[in-house]
Amino acid sequence: MFLARVIGDVVATEKHPHLKARKLLLVQPEPTPGRPPLPAVIAVDSVDAGLGDLVLVADEGNTAAQVLGVPRGPVRTIVVGVVDQVEWAREGGAPKPLE
Amino acid sequence: MLFGRVVGTVVCTEKVPAWRGQRLLLVQATDPTGATPSGRPFAAVDLVSAAPGQHVFVVRGREAAVALANPENPADAAIVGLIDDVHRPDAEER
Repeated sequence: MFLARVIGDVVATEKHPHLKARKLLLVQPEPTPGRPPLPAVIAVDSVDAGLGDLVLVADEGNTAAQVLGVPRGPVRTIVVGVVDQVEWAREGGAPKPLE
Repeated sequence: MLFGRVVGTVVCTEKVPAWRGQRLLLVQATDPTGATPSGRPFAAVDLVSAAPGQHVFVVRGREAAVALANPENPADAAIVGLIDDVHRPDAEER
């Protein structure tokens, strides 16, 4: 799972039946200091997340199927939590860049 | 799921039986607007009758295979939606 920010949503009328009536959010993975930014991706919402929310996103198909309570289908990126607070263990906030 | 633009079609007369009747398209991954390409194009099974030039979204990995009626197939990328609109307030303000 990774932390990401909800920066928008995606409208798609024509989509796989498995995705019908699902809210599709545009989520931007939170930046890691010293690392190039990761691209924004589309995630299915399961927690009624909104624009600007910091969220927890899972990127695994079995996880998505369990959360949605459906058989496995073409969904693997899913918002599974709205984050209230994150505390970094290191004093001063942000983590050290990974080597 | 990631954003892409259909940049071509792939025709294979001889292919794995599980893909019989399936269309294969070439997809260029892009940013959310569809304007800026990233990485190299890849082939994806088309499940939404996408056409060249269209802005689509793609699922990669095992979930691509599961998108087909018969999940026992070797797909690692599938087009699962045609994008009508990406609503992104932060980008619109700029």
